[in-house]
Amino acid sequence: MATIFIDQRSYDVPDGMNLLDASLTLGFNLPYFCWHPALGSVGACRQCAVKQFRDEKDMRGRLVMACMTAAAPNTRISIDDPDAREFRKSVGEWLMVHHPHDCPVCDEGGECHLQDMEVMDQQTYRRYRGLKRTFRNQDLGPFVNHEMNRCIQCYRCVRFYRDYAGGRDFDAFFLRDRVFFGRQSDGVLESPFSGNLVEVCPTGVFTDKTLKLHFTRKWDERTAPSICVHCAAGCNTIAGERYGLLRRIRNRFNGEVNGYFLCDRGRYGYEFVNGPRRVRAPRIAGRADAAAPSDAVARAASPLAGGSGAIGIGSPRASLEANFALRALVGPDRFCSGMGAAEHRLVSEVLRLLQEGPAPAASLHDAAQADAVLVLGEDVTNTAPMLALALRQSVRQQPMKAAAALRIPAWDDTAVRNALQDERGPLYIATVAATPLDDVAAATMHAAPDDLARIGCAIAHALDQAAPSPRGALAADAALVGRIAGALRAAERPLVVAGVSLASQAVLDAAARVAHALHAAGRPVRIALVVPECNSLGAAMLGGCDLDDATALLWPGSPLIVLENDLPRRCGADRAARLFERAGELVVVDHTLTPTAERATIVLPAATFAEGDGTYVNGEGRAQRAFQVFVAGGDVQESWRWLRDLMRASGRGGAAAAWETLDDVTGALARELPAFAAVRDVAPPATFRIAGTRIAREPARYSGRTARDANVTVHEPEPPGDPDSALSFTMEGFQAQPPPAQPPSALIPRFWAPGWNSVQSVNYYQTVVGGPLRGGDPGLRLIEPAAPGAPAAAGRAPSAFEPDDRDWLCVPMYEIFGSEELSALAPSVAALAPRAYVALNDGDLHRAGLREGGDAVVASADGTCRLQVRRVASLPPGVAGIGVGLQGAPWMRLPDRARIHPAERDR
Amino acid sequence: MTDRPLTGRMREDGAALDLRAYERAGGYAALRDALRRLAPAEVQKRVKDSGLRGRGGAGFPTGQKWSFVPMGADAPHPKYLVVNADEMEPGTFKDRLLMERDPHQLVEGVILSAYAIEADVAYIFLRWAYKLSEARLARAIAEAYDAGYLGRQILGSGYSLELRLHISGGRYMAGEETGLINALEGRRANPRSKPPYPAVVGLWGRPTVVNNVETICNVPHVIGRGAEAYRKLSATGEGGTKLYGASGRVKRPGLWELPLGTTIREILEEHAGGMRDGVRFRGLLPGGASTDFLVDEHLDAPMDFESLQKHGSRMGTGTMIVLDDRTCPVGMIRNLEEFFAQESCGWCTPCWAGLHWVADILRDFEEGRGEMADLDTLAAHARLLAPGNTYCALAPGAAEPLQSGLRHFRDDFERHVREHRCPWR
Repeated sequence: MATIFIDQRSYDVPDGMNLLDASLTLGFNLPYFCWHPALGSVGACRQCAVKQFRDEKDMRGRLVMACMTAAAPNTRISIDDPDAREFRKSVGEWLMVHHPHDCPVCDEGGECHLQDMEVMDQQTYRRYRGLKRTFRNQDLGPFVNHEMNRCIQCYRCVRFYRDYAGGRDFDAFFLRDRVFFGRQSDGVLESPFSGNLVEVCPTGVFTDKTLKLHFTRKWDERTAPSICVHCAAGCNTIAGERYGLLRRIRNRFNGEVNGYFLCDRGRYGYEFVNGPRRVRAPRIAGRADAAAPSDAVARAASPLAGGSGAIGIGSPRASLEANFALRALVGPDRFCSGMGAAEHRLVSEVLRLLQEGPAPAASLHDAAQADAVLVLGEDVTNTAPMLALALRQSVRQQPMKAAAALRIPAWDDTAVRNALQDERGPLYIATVAATPLDDVAAATMHAAPDDLARIGCAIAHALDQAAPSPRGALAADAALVGRIAGALRAAERPLVVAGVSLASQAVLDAAARVAHALHAAGRPVRIALVVPECNSLGAAMLGGCDLDDATALLWPGSPLIVLENDLPRRCGADRAARLFERAGELVVVDHTLTPTAERATIVLPAATFAEGDGTYVNGEGRAQRAFQVFVAGGDVQESWRWLRDLMRASGRGGAAAAWETLDDVTGALARELPAFAAVRDVAPPATFRIAGTRIAREPARYSGRTARDANVTVHEPEPPGDPDSALSFTMEGFQAQPPPAQPPSALIPRFWAPGWNSVQSVNYYQTVVGGPLRGGDPGLRLIEPAAPGAPAAAGRAPSAFEPDDRDWLCVPMYEIFGSEELSALAPSVAALAPRAYVALNDGDLHRAGLREGGDAVVASADGTCRLQVRRVASLPPGVAGIGVGLQGAPWMRLPDRARIHPAERDR
Repeated sequence: MTDRPLTGRMREDGAALDLRAYERAGGYAALRDALRRLAPAEVQKRVKDSGLRGRGGAGFPTGQKWSFVPMGADAPHPKYLVVNADEMEPGTFKDRLLMERDPHQLVEGVILSAYAIEADVAYIFLRWAYKLSEARLARAIAEAYDAGYLGRQILGSGYSLELRLHISGGRYMAGEETGLINALEGRRANPRSKPPYPAVVGLWGRPTVVNNVETICNVPHVIGRGAEAYRKLSATGEGGTKLYGASGRVKRPGLWELPLGTTIREILEEHAGGMRDGVRFRGLLPGGASTDFLVDEHLDAPMDFESLQKHGSRMGTGTMIVLDDRTCPVGMIRNLEEFFAQESCGWCTPCWAGLHWVADILRDFEEGRGEMADLDTLAAHARLLAPGNTYCALAPGAAEPLQSGLRHFRDDFERHVREHRCPWR
């Protein structure tokens, strides 16, 4: 720590921290633009000027940029100095030379950092008489709107897009007061993190294009803390609604998980909530009209009442509470996780590895901090996008030591990048085909799943002779295997990344062996295991059987209850149809009219993540609560409430039938299953109050509450109550504000601080700017490995993959846009989703007589399907990639062998 | 006849000295001698003792700049020497003469300077428009390679150096030391913040020295003549000779190598022949566009680094631009500020926004739309665009003619406002 003096008062700050960071951490209002806690300092905007004095005798001082100046013992600065104020005000005036003076009608107004800073600078009068420069804007695709006339040339966008996220198709062009930030020509931004430009931009150059389709002011948004449901990373979000429409998703800072950023699937997938396929009223097959909830429940409950063998199929995309309620309704023995057999087995294996160890799970923050990484089998950009962004930062960890040796502070971003140039730490990627993260890898290997497992085993063997060595030739160079082992062993924070996306037990085993070998060598290894969905791990923790077992358990004619799950996606249309035929009543509780729901005898309209509270367990084992944002219209209620209603109507479920609130459910869950003991503490209970009041979902400036329904009634309707959380649905209650009255982290519905209306207000909620939220980052890890850790897996490494003359080994390939069920229902995401495809390398395309872009017929044991042909040069010979979950792709068991031939021959 | 080490052996007909002519005139003798008898540290010491200061404009002591480079067995390699030949300062054309007429002098200077810092690779970063320099340098470099002055084991010594000629994309900012390094790396020619200095973190993250052409051309003479003899070449003790130039309405615009510290009056009246008939002297920018105006009262000042600083200006490149009474001073300043505004890289706000505004106001003056309050705005910019407030020296350089112009030619500005027009039009 260093004692510094700001305007002649002393403060203790970390030695070497830059003075802007320090000033903001201490709560001073010091304006800035180009600096960003995650991007560091570059000194471009010159807005954070302060006066620095040599010592206490120095009365003149000189202006320095706070962001570019390190705090040292006895540093003396003045923020309030007249010269500093004058200069900062001038910066404000310069920025307004070209910036439009249209704040009242600008869509960024009210959440614009520039607007806040101009107010802070007290820059109110316009002296510049000249013309403002104008640009031609670009169409950047369905996510990001471009309005360059607002640009203040702070360079944050290009620094995030290129330096931080590794994008290549976006840059700064031209010079002087006409720097253009965009693409070389119009076109969809290629980076899957492009949506962050919306939050990184301090003004309205880049805005959320989907919000524009149903725009509302920030202060008119009812918001709640939420969790992204589009992969297992569990990124924290702020979901905003008005007039019953979910308007947008923004980042919610969580230092352990997503930090300041989101992926585009997570930011833009939300529109399924507003989509035309939503179920908003109960449906009873054969009836044209919507059914009354009581009728639907009575009808669904009657076959259950007899105590017959109803089977409940849960879901890895539904909350813990919903799954647990289903389990209570049908009983643990007749509860199914909702996953297909292979997926259930692999996700359960992931759970076992995390529980038994020895390597603890890595958070996204841990992944970014790792200084040597092996990725085995997982195309993380497409299966857990934010993990890819974290790993992109991890390659900076080792070179940063060299920068430190040159006495360059880590926050001095340009200096660090100039010193390190292209030097990167050890990130080794072994996958079936090239991945978008390969550009920062020290080496990449592309091989069939078994060969990847063999590479993993060889690395484990190099680390620990006790691990089995694969026999025969390896798909990777022996020297490379040695280098990888050496880098992992030498690292201070080694990380192994794998997952279930290849559906390969061997790959998962091999990753575990590497982690085990590192642990045996005394290295503090962590492991990140990617699972498919937002609550995959939670569903696995609840136990239950897989879909195959459920089919076997189902007595013909017995009721089948499906919770938020579309079974053809899990086991194929044919098997699902057989299951449905076998079942008596098919009751589906879901928010979306899936093919399963279309087959149902009764559909009960469930709440989405935005319409009901729920707890989700991410891939790290972190339980996190998503809070209801608004009360959905119609008969929509939380799945667990529908299931509870079924318990009540059928006389089943025992004590669970008495559940009234979410806390009742989580309480029962914690009591019944010890693994979930902590789940009650994920967020404060519904009885929690600050100053005797709830926390308001609507901001203090929420407008029109008395006029909103005036066309219907002049009486203001009674606001809905919230029995499930400590949040209120209106503006009544505690308005979230930084200390001393900051809500608990899990209950912060939005970030706002006096004078800070933009996302940057999060600064004031953190212990140190850029660091964890005060009171700790939200979420609780439910899983920590038991000491001393399980023994290494027994058995040998798999034998090498042999390409077949006639068949191809089909393996799954994932798409960030299209492979995930719910986000693919959002129009913006769907616009970027590819057609269902089969991918082959050049030699195999030739061998199969296929043409890129043409159609192929893929014939496997599960039937034949017609897919578009894609060329992926990096695929190993004999291996075909099948795009998973895409529109028009029939289900097929993967991996599996299949014949592939041109569709023309079929005719 | 004064001693003119830099230009004395140049041919009258304007052709370049080829390798043989250069050697006959004593060229490469200093290099041979140094490689045989002087350690790199001794070369550095000689340059330090000579008082040689950078001729690119800032006047930083060359030996001191070299001394920041990590030396010895533990030093990171490759190290780089970069010659800044991106001569884009308005009114400046001195490096062009040196490169066109005596390219081997530069090549020898490069090898000696690179040897002094144990550089492995040297670049000449050349202004794109200098086509003749390009051709002649390319030829001289080829000749030097053939003669064993460049490449592996130079002249049988243990020292090796590769020299490459790089043609600039043509931006003023690429002539700024760190902007040049960025440009050479293929990036935008934005400046870099210091520290770290290029001597530690330079080209591709390695130790790098960037020196001006004229500076480097002096090095063979420092080594050849010795520090003391070199120092004595100057009139005021700052070491060596200087290429002085004059442009504007003088009788004989041109370029002359004179003892460093020759007075402005001598350059203006004796060498440039005084003002053309019918025009009167009003002021001058002593060393390119980014220096303060000097007027009558300053004419007896010696043109060296220290003296001009005392008069509130800078020697800069030493090539003066002369303003006469038939030229509108506001128009001249507008022209300069438009240049600076145009060449701003767009990185820091005071520069890209402030200079645009300044140029905009000056256009208003020229077109009769100026207001008295604008003078305050201009003065505020001249004050606020100060070193340290901006990211690099471009905007502070632009502020120099502006603030001195406002001081010396205030009446002319006010006439523009009163008469709603430019009185010279």
